[in-house]
Amino acid sequence: MDLRIAHLYPDLMNIYGDRGNVIALAQRAKWRGIEVEVRPYSVGEWADPEWPDVWFFGGGQDQGQDIVGADLAGKNGAALRKSVEGGGAIFSVCGGYQLLGHEYVPEVDPSIPGVGILDVTTRAGKRRFVGNLLVDSPDGQLVGFENHSGRTYLGPGAKALGTVIAGNGNNGEDKTEGAVQGKVIGCYLHGSCLPKNPWLADRLLAWALDRRHKDTKLDPLDDADEAAARVQASEVARTRT
Amino acid sequence: MPDALALIANAAGKLTREGLRATGRGATALPGLVALTLDPNFIGALSAELEYGVACVSGTNGKTTTARMLADISRTAGWNPIHNRSGSNLDRGVAAALLAHTSWSGEPGGNFGLFEIDEASLPSAVGKLEPRVVVVTNLFRDQMDRYFELDTLAKKIGDALAALPATTTLVLNADDPLVANLAVRRDAKTIFFGVDDPDVGGVVPQAISDATRCPRCKSPLKYARVVLAHVGDWSCPSCGLTRPPRDVSATKILLGPDGSEIALAGTVGSIFESVRVPIPGLYNAYNALAALAAARALDLGLAEAIRALANFRPAFGRLEKIEHKGRTLRLVLVKNPAGFNAAIGALLETGRTPRLLAALSDRDADGRDVSWIWDADFEALAPSVEHAVITGLRGRDLALRFKYAGLAKERMEVVDEWSAAIDRATMLAPEGGEVVVLATYTAMQALRAVLAHAGAAVPFWED
Repeated sequence: MDLRIAHLYPDLMNIYGDRGNVIALAQRAKWRGIEVEVRPYSVGEWADPEWPDVWFFGGGQDQGQDIVGADLAGKNGAALRKSVEGGGAIFSVCGGYQLLGHEYVPEVDPSIPGVGILDVTTRAGKRRFVGNLLVDSPDGQLVGFENHSGRTYLGPGAKALGTVIAGNGNNGEDKTEGAVQGKVIGCYLHGSCLPKNPWLADRLLAWALDRRHKDTKLDPLDDADEAAARVQASEVARTRT
Repeated sequence: MPDALALIANAAGKLTREGLRATGRGATALPGLVALTLDPNFIGALSAELEYGVACVSGTNGKTTTARMLADISRTAGWNPIHNRSGSNLDRGVAAALLAHTSWSGEPGGNFGLFEIDEASLPSAVGKLEPRVVVVTNLFRDQMDRYFELDTLAKKIGDALAALPATTTLVLNADDPLVANLAVRRDAKTIFFGVDDPDVGGVVPQAISDATRCPRCKSPLKYARVVLAHVGDWSCPSCGLTRPPRDVSATKILLGPDGSEIALAGTVGSIFESVRVPIPGLYNAYNALAALAAARALDLGLAEAIRALANFRPAFGRLEKIEHKGRTLRLVLVKNPAGFNAAIGALLETGRTPRLLAALSDRDADGRDVSWIWDADFEALAPSVEHAVITGLRGRDLALRFKYAGLAKERMEVVDEWSAAIDRATMLAPEGGEVVVLATYTAMQALRAVLAHAGAAVPFWED
């Protein structure tokens, strides 16, 4: 069995250590005996919608986000939409999450259109949300670190990934954090997110493998270290955010 | 003489300092905060009294080492620097250093101000200090919970430098496109330093790059040589922007386990000298080049500068060696991916299979966001690690990073408490052996405090 991971814009959309998510997906597959290939795709490079089982799309600086937004307005955005229709999964963080929504509305400049895979809209906010972020969901807690000024609001097509326990999440108002729509997830959790939240990593792996290998069962891993890191980080989020 | 308000602020700061030191504390920041609260222009007022003016050293990595090198050079030339030596590098640290070396009546106890300045504080600090020289070593991603994005930071620094009078000389790293570009809006003297040894660096760009785009036209940059992250021999094929000519250049660097040998060349005059830098690592060779370029900007003699560098001793956590229970602890401060990669590069250059004591914390001075460890190249380090004892307020995140980099379970263990972690790491190393201590700022302070208590190290504010 093999797994194909596409890392979107690793040169432009990789600040705050988001590449740890790719490392986590790859290692957790390899530890189960699954072969893994990771392909980076950047601006102007054709993203083949048939190839990836799962895409990772991280956060970037404003400069990177402008260039990437322009690239996604063309055929690469269409490739992403096609991939999702064909059963591909996406995990996105921060800037990547925002660009998967309908649009990003700055304070003064005209809005930047997104790919529209997630039914969310983001507006610029004045105060930046910086701090630890602890989230509850029916499937387990999630912990990470948020650093964004965009305020993201969910439409009816997207479900929140979880409810904020500590921190701000999507917009600091409605207690939601992140979005899930089909096999597409967006969130504001840096940290990196997936190493410390292995249940989410395994969900993405299951979704990804399901595209070409039906009825795959993931063997359980010893996640004691992951659990310990999550406990320590959650404690910090509760007491020092 | 400083004005009455500055004198009052000075006195209040000095009283605070005496109070703190009487209780055995370092007093590297709070007295400065007190003085600045009373007189916001305190650092400008006091530094205006200094005969040889002020030099500021900033940048993401290397500022403490570069500033200390420059302090040694100025001292060798007979100057008497007032220096915020302990790395307390916000306005308050500068103020604390100034008032510690100013008499109650306002007489300065030195004739040259040498201030390491936090890069986020640089824009406001240079406005107040009006320095003769501003050195910028490099700009990498660092503590983004505090500095936010690098492009924004570079723009703020560029704006502040553009507003300085022509009497200020900039000393900039030509090999860092973000730093080199800080000079574009100035019509004044700039001294560039860089590395021109074709054997230093590779051709493949490294995974963690902050500035792959041209700072002028935003097109992708082309690299003939990559030294570290986005530092190297860069050019923009689109708009033609290139690495500026180096006024102070290393044409050859020989790296060794205890230091480097640099063949130094310059475009001004016909200077060809051999420089010995007695601390290992390519990044310390860069720091030495920055200090030499700053010395030139201050019209200090090259012979004295080279002599001072040869006798240089490292600062807090910058490859200091500490003897403890028959083992040598080598202290390496790590705080961001580029610094981490440079440090482990220096460590592995010499073929070591290190025993580690690794400590990650997330206090303000460490950076509250520990995400950066996932950008650091633990994958390059893990195969060489003999054993790692892991600790710190976020030691569990660090352990996870080692695990995902492929370090085997039996080669690492987490020990939550500082002194237990030191004991364990020391005990595991053979008698006469070495333990490499990789730690973030407050974790290093905590570990050093334990070592000092055991009689091994000097408290950092006294060195």
